[in-house]
Amino acid sequence: MLVEVKTTPFDANGALSRFTLSRPHAGACVSFLGTCRADSANGAVLGLELQHYPGFTEQEIGREAKAILSRFDLLDLLIIHRVGRVAPGDAIVLAAALSAHRAAAFTAVEVLMDYLKTDAPFWKQELREDGWHWIEPTKEDVARSARHKGDLS
Amino acid sequence: MVRVLFFGRLREAAGRSELEITPTGATIADLICQIERQEPALGEALRSPSVKVALDQQFVRPDGQISGAKEVAFMPPLSGG
Repeated sequence: MLVEVKTTPFDANGALSRFTLSRPHAGACVSFLGTCRADSANGAVLGLELQHYPGFTEQEIGREAKAILSRFDLLDLLIIHRVGRVAPGDAIVLAAALSAHRAAAFTAVEVLMDYLKTDAPFWKQELREDGWHWIEPTKEDVARSARHKGDLS
Repeated sequence: MVRVLFFGRLREAAGRSELEITPTGATIADLICQIERQEPALGEALRSPSVKVALDQQFVRPDGQISGAKEVAFMPPLSGG
């Protein structure tokens, strides 16, 4: 299991390729790459600034990833998340799961991403034409995450 | 002495990322009152029900005891991805 928080741009394709090749017994690799959009419902987005809590953020994601790894029938999980200034088009998050068959990996990546959106210790600001704006989880994000928590209880 | 950390919009409200303080009370609520006496707006922001608190890098209930913690972190709603 690899959990990394990066302060500089990362090579998502290279990381995914290394991850996939590391487990020859896996028959399925499902990945999600989240990137910085150039626009939002509020207009043009010039960039994002992400903060984390060094040590704690990695620890909390690791704890959740470990729970997901054992809950679903997975061989491994990969999470790489950017912090600092991110430009439109840049990768923000790469989440990937390896399993023997695809169903477990699909579900695991969805659950992991919904956790990262609402419960992982990150804070982000969006730079628009009129300045910086804090971004908090949407109602949809919270509802999605709550649904998984219900599934897991 | 406790190191108090602020993240996200709370860092903006505090005007800095951290401060050091010697707690005069036993609980997180006492600590917030102590900060509020110096900085009323920051104290009010820390009281928001949406703020999560960690003591020495463990999530705790906002009504918990400080009991010898070295680091207290105040965290507004989390948002990654």
